Amino acid sequence: MLEIIDLHASVHGKEILKGFNLKLEAGKVHALMGPNGAGKSTLGYILSGREGYEITRGQILFNGQDISVLEPEQRAALGIFLAFQYPVEIPGVNNTYFLRTALNAQRKARGEAELDSMAFLKKVREKLSVLHLKDELLHRAVNAGFSGGEKKRNEIFQLALLEPKLAILDETDSGLDIDALKAVAEGVNAMRSPERAFLVITHYQRLLDYIHPDVVHVMSDGRIVASGGPELALQLERDGYAAMAAGAA
Amino acid sequence: MANLLQSLTDAFLSRAPGGNARVRQWRESALAQALRVGFPHNKLERWKHAPLRAMAAKSFAPETCTSGIDDSALPPAPRVVFVNGRYDAARSSIEGLAGVRISRLADALHDEDERASTLLGRAFDDIEAPFASLNTALAEDGLLLDIDAGDSERPPLHMVFIGSHEAEGSHALRHRIECREGARLTVIEHHRGGGAALDNQFWHVHLKPGSRLVHVRLQTLDPRHIQFSRTDAAIAGDAQYVRLDVETGGHYVRHELNLNLQGRNATALSGGVLWATGTCTLDTRLVSRHQAPGTASTLIWRGLADDRSRANFFGGIRIDAGADGSDAALTNKNLLLSEQAQINTQPALEIHADEVKAAHGATVGQLDAGALFYLRSRGVPEHEAMALLTRAFYAEALTVLDDDNLFAGLTPYLPVQLQPEGALS
Repeated sequence: MLEIIDLHASVHGKEILKGFNLKLEAGKVHALMGPNGAGKSTLGYILSGREGYEITRGQILFNGQDISVLEPEQRAALGIFLAFQYPVEIPGVNNTYFLRTALNAQRKARGEAELDSMAFLKKVREKLSVLHLKDELLHRAVNAGFSGGEKKRNEIFQLALLEPKLAILDETDSGLDIDALKAVAEGVNAMRSPERAFLVITHYQRLLDYIHPDVVHVMSDGRIVASGGPELALQLERDGYAAMAAGAA
Repeated sequence: MANLLQSLTDAFLSRAPGGNARVRQWRESALAQALRVGFPHNKLERWKHAPLRAMAAKSFAPETCTSGIDDSALPPAPRVVFVNGRYDAARSSIEGLAGVRISRLADALHDEDERASTLLGRAFDDIEAPFASLNTALAEDGLLLDIDAGDSERPPLHMVFIGSHEAEGSHALRHRIECREGARLTVIEHHRGGGAALDNQFWHVHLKPGSRLVHVRLQTLDPRHIQFSRTDAAIAGDAQYVRLDVETGGHYVRHELNLNLQGRNATALSGGVLWATGTCTLDTRLVSRHQAPGTASTLIWRGLADDRSRANFFGGIRIDAGADGSDAALTNKNLLLSEQAQINTQPALEIHADEVKAAHGATVGQLDAGALFYLRSRGVPEHEAMALLTRAFYAEALTVLDDDNLFAGLTPYLPVQLQPEGALS
């Protein structure tokens, strides 16, 4: 589904990704771990098309298509979703209106029929109940005044509603207490399917107790330095990133 | 002398605006004051950002245009309509507005009604001249509204000021709205079209104790039109003045909005959206003056400037000695939509009382790139995401109305770029 080949990328002229390679198949969950500054969030932004991130070498293929020149909304319509580490507060824009606009824009771009209000609300109710969310969330402005946990739940709610093919979770566990972490993980697990791939970016092994990855990658200084099964995360937790990076070097 | 001032002086001499001997004398001394003070210049603080030079060179004869207007979208009755500064009886219809007496300044002048001379007898400081004085000299007509005491439900009154596309002269109107004790009314000013003409409008608003007036002004004038507008509101104890200004048109539109909170617990709630496009300059000067204890004003203004336009906003709060326990809050946020556009904002605070709460803040910025990316990453196309964020930006100013029915009724008359799509939260 996703193939990243020898990706080099820079932000404001500073090279952050230095030969990043990754192959992620549908139905799989890959965890991407690494210390601060390794380039994990940069990778998330580059995949979703944020301005200001320049690809200097390499390729990003999504189902065989090079997506590096596509606009963020075009990538979203193809089925790429980024759950933000810091979801943006947008006062004045109603959450429900936003979600309906987003969903229908994606459907339109894919040549699918747009959902009318009734069909949309039915879908919303269904997803809310799966995630055990209160519908109060819908009546508020996008993330405005939300607690850290609410913001992350809203990200997962959007993930559930938009049903992307590839979900990138950027440190979705950061700033969450254990209950919120469990709730978020449950939401993600409910979304796992043979057609969908997840790239779970995290600092800590803790999240992986709840979202069991098929593959764990360790990233350092702009590229993957080790890959393995879930046991790799446990080893990291025990030995630390420095030992891992030193071992790889 | 500036051409503009000369042409208005000529207008005065050629038309000899009416009134009894006393009124004529006031008109003459007002004109003399305007000429003595002269056309403003950019060194004056309150005129700093107005395109004065280009305006001063223009000249305007009294309006004579009689060509047709586009009246396809007139608001429903009750309504009063002025076309090119002249009252249009055929298009006006004030049925269904019990307890509101509507008369015209022209008639009041003719009948030597005391209200006309009270209105025109007011003197101005030199700093307020020349446009207030010119209005006194030149205003031949206008609306006089008198709303009966007591709390009765009434439909909103639309007041439509519409001008021909071919108009290029000048006119001045002077209006007065008086809400008696406990009276309630909603009035909506519509300023539309008007060609390359100039108009000068002055509104006196008097709210007696316990009354409430909702006063909306929708300005979508022709991009060649010049308007000098002033509203002086005197708000008595326990009265509430709710005010919304939405401006998107004109070549140069100056509005001086003076809120005078004169009685204990008087309140003013003022929202404004100045959305300048093209080469337009929107220039608003708002002053909220707290003159009695326990008064409150909430002022929520938003400016947007696109293309090569300018949006100027001055927001002053003055709390007089003795107006203890007053509460004033002013926010003015601005959005630059183009690199060539200009925004000037200046909040000012002057406090002479104790135990007051006063807050003001002004910002100028661009659409938040982070928010834009967030919306786009969810599939919202860029232009829609920008529209959504822009709407979110100014929507707060519209909340002063706090009346869904009224807002729904206004919607068809809002400028195109403010047409809502249900995106509000």
